[in-house]
Amino acid sequence: MDCGGWNDPRNGYPMKKILRLSVNGKPREDAVAENALLIDYLRDTLGLTGTKQGCDGGECGACTVLVDSQPRLACSTLAHSLAGRKVETIESLSHEGNLSRLQRAFHEHLGTQCGFCTPGMIMAAEALLRTNPHPDRTAIRAALAGNLCRCTGYVKIIESVEAAAQEQSV
Amino acid sequence: MTAPRGVGARLPFVDGIEKVTGAARYTADLSSTGALVGRILRSPYAHAELLEVDISEALKLPGVRAVVTGADCDQPYGVIPIAQNEFPLARDRVRYYGDPVAAVAAVDEVTAIEALSRIRLRVRELPAFFSSADARKPNAVLLHDNKPGNIEREVHNEFGDTDAGFAQADVVREELYECAEVHHAMMEPDAALAVFDAERGHLTLYSVSQVPYYVHLTLARCLKMEMAHIRVIKPFVGGGFGHRTEVLNFEVICAMLARAARGTVRLVLSREETFLTHRGRPESQIRMKLGLAKDGRITACQAEVIQRGGAYGGYGLVTILYSGALLHGLYDLPAVKYDGYRVYSNTPPCGAMRGHGTVNIRFAFESLLDAMAKELGLDPFEVRRRNLLQAPTETINGLKVLSYGLPQCLDWVEKASGWIERHGQLEQKGPLRRGLGMGCSHFVSGSAKPVHWSGEPHAVIILKLDFDASVTILTGAADIGQGSSTILTQIVAEVLGLGYDRLRIVANDSAITPKDNGSYSSRVTFMVGNAALDAAENLKRLLVTAAARRLKVSVAEIEWLGEAAIVAADPERRISFTEVVEEALVGTGTLLIKGTFTCPPEFQGGKHRGGAVGSTMGFSYTAQVVEVSVDMDLGKVAVEKVWAAIDCGLAINPMSVEGQVQGAIWMGMGQAISEETVYEQGRHQAANLLDYRVPTIVESPDIDVHIVESLDPNGPFGAKEASEGPLSGFPSALAAAVEDAIGIRFTALPITQMRVFDALQKKPQTTPPESVSTASARGDT
Ligand code: FES
Ligand code: FES
Repeated sequence: MDCGGWNDPRNGYPMKKILRLSVNGKPREDAVAENALLIDYLRDTLGLTGTKQGCDGGECGACTVLVDSQPRLACSTLAHSLAGRKVETIESLSHEGNLSRLQRAFHEHLGTQCGFCTPGMIMAAEALLRTNPHPDRTAIRAALAGNLCRCTGYVKIIESVEAAAQEQSV
Repeated sequence: MTAPRGVGARLPFVDGIEKVTGAARYTADLSSTGALVGRILRSPYAHAELLEVDISEALKLPGVRAVVTGADCDQPYGVIPIAQNEFPLARDRVRYYGDPVAAVAAVDEVTAIEALSRIRLRVRELPAFFSSADARKPNAVLLHDNKPGNIEREVHNEFGDTDAGFAQADVVREELYECAEVHHAMMEPDAALAVFDAERGHLTLYSVSQVPYYVHLTLARCLKMEMAHIRVIKPFVGGGFGHRTEVLNFEVICAMLARAARGTVRLVLSREETFLTHRGRPESQIRMKLGLAKDGRITACQAEVIQRGGAYGGYGLVTILYSGALLHGLYDLPAVKYDGYRVYSNTPPCGAMRGHGTVNIRFAFESLLDAMAKELGLDPFEVRRRNLLQAPTETINGLKVLSYGLPQCLDWVEKASGWIERHGQLEQKGPLRRGLGMGCSHFVSGSAKPVHWSGEPHAVIILKLDFDASVTILTGAADIGQGSSTILTQIVAEVLGLGYDRLRIVANDSAITPKDNGSYSSRVTFMVGNAALDAAENLKRLLVTAAARRLKVSVAEIEWLGEAAIVAADPERRISFTEVVEEALVGTGTLLIKGTFTCPPEFQGGKHRGGAVGSTMGFSYTAQVVEVSVDMDLGKVAVEKVWAAIDCGLAINPMSVEGQVQGAIWMGMGQAISEETVYEQGRHQAANLLDYRVPTIVESPDIDVHIVESLDPNGPFGAKEASEGPLSGFPSALAAAVEDAIGIRFTALPITQMRVFDALQKKPQTTPPESVSTASARGDT
């Protein structure tokens, strides 16, 4: 190895602090750099790579996760700002190996093609259905307005959310 | 009624579950513990001679494991063997703002960034050219010394007698159309992971490629390594749309870094860098001239196309050839003259993008056809019906058309959209004006001549059958989200009559899967699909033979049921699939069954120079109607609804066809109303997803898709492509709809709110429709 020093805070590296929060229903306690973004904490520290980075910050919605059931851009959120909060990622949605209703609908109705926007899209839709179980198309469009998809033209994404909402109501 | 199982089934994607659970691993998601961080230093000059790249200070920084520059690779590369003039890292010259100059591998990101800042460039700046016109000026400095006039390729051809055609015409009109440059903007940014096994001298590269085989060839060339020492793996890929058809500089740079550092390097580009890597659709000026007889028959067509190609050759010569070639094959044209110019400029290189070469010229052609039909008092549908092809036929430039469902496509969209009652007569509410427009388009189902002619078949599939009675499909065809792995699985399931739980597909690992020419020109369903069909039939023959042997009857007496085989005349005598497999493996063990497909030479295009470009065994056909509303106060164009009918031969998976058509039309919408790259003195001003305006879900319409099955005689089960053709009909249909709404025909893309607003301000309130070009709409020339 090279001589030490490149990760020393005196050389411009940030201090690490303990972060306590809940991720996907489990309490966590991790040493996290003060300036770490939530997306890097999730992907690099916790290995939860389901959350995607599609842009340089705040442009695409691919990184959408839930914080206390509200959609949040993980690329534009400081990890330490979520101390004590509840974070949910795409990995938390299936239960005992079964897809959630939204996951199943996106799969069966082809709401996903390349899949890169899908985790963010599903998390944004999840937040919507939790507060509005029977959204109309306008409400669906409004809830997903910050999530770009380059494959589907959104038509089957809307149909997928509608199908999930219907399944939920039966 | 049971749902259809194999071909024709609305099967969810075979890799869809991984995508909805977050389990799918894309390149940036691959486990890379201990990997070094790669970073690229990019040119801050649009055009300069590179006198010195001083990396000594960077190398001194603790934690830096490798620094590479242009000096480390003297092998030019490029997708077209006769036009290779790009280096992974610039040597001697930088040609666009963002051109890679050096790269570092370091223990972490902070160190990598610091190292880049310690690299010193000494340059002599050169005049830079950001438009085709400037680059073509007589004394312009050449970007490439062997390309006089900064022209990568000129194309001049004439089929039929255009002079005679124009002389026969009752109406002749000529118009200039302009299309801004657009970019793929696939959602996954570029990324690569290179693992160099220093002990063996072997390299493994994971990348986002659409054509891993080109990457393999290029790595061997640029790194001067044996191909046998290289392995290329394509993980899940977040879209491509042509961006990843060519080998991209970062893929080679990542491998160079890994070898120099004798370890593993992860190179993830930012969205901005992904924009700078570009390879999108070029800014184009198109002068289109048509001659029409009174009855609407086209008598002649003449087109001049100028494409601003960017700094390197890339796909350029193919793009400029495609634009001419694909004037043909949609309608019956008796005479066509084409002049094309592919120009070098100091902007990121252009390349292939969905609807390669045909989108902009189709916009021009359809727009002018509409305008002239109007002059002749013909309905847009009518003028197109007067010019239909009769399949089977061969166009005047030697393209074969064996299946042609365009007439049925026209009928469906005309009816579904209520065209006859609604065109020109939509209700106008408040400041909102509504309108309808239509357009047609087509695209190849795979280029009939591969880029590298090696004498091998165009496609190879291997089926592995083993003791566990499972069938593994091995393919090199890159599934980049378009669903190719699903289509291949459906074809194999159909032939063998097996359930999906017995089938697995492994795609894209050069150590395991057969070579494939890649996912470009919409070739996979048609070509690799045919290879899969061949492989499955070969395997089935073997299984039926084994069943006959076990049941002690002749092959002809066996009825194949998929999960079982029976004696047709005596159904009681039956054996299960597992037993058939046992029998088939006796004396031979694991079976590897191959299937291949080759396009016969007669489909590989006309004999003229460049005649292979545009040649294919089957064209898809699309007709679409677009409904818009335009806000007269704000100039805002909203697409309310699209009806599209596609002749894709046969829909192996109708749900997937719908998805492809919707995605393509929507991408055409982006180009038509909002997308454009913007360079300010060569600096990209829209290298992010806010300034580069990809439509959001809020402004995206419902798109109804109808499938026409013309059953192509050569496609697998009759299938053709479905994912590129529908794009190119949209922009002109939108322009027509806007004209129907507000009486102004735009001849420049994109038709943004600003441009519509400006045009509405200038429009005299009482005069008839006029044409508005970019120049006048922008008010800048
Ligand atoms: S990664 Fe694009 S908004 Fe967060
Ligand atoms: S499915 Fe590819 S970006 Fe949405």
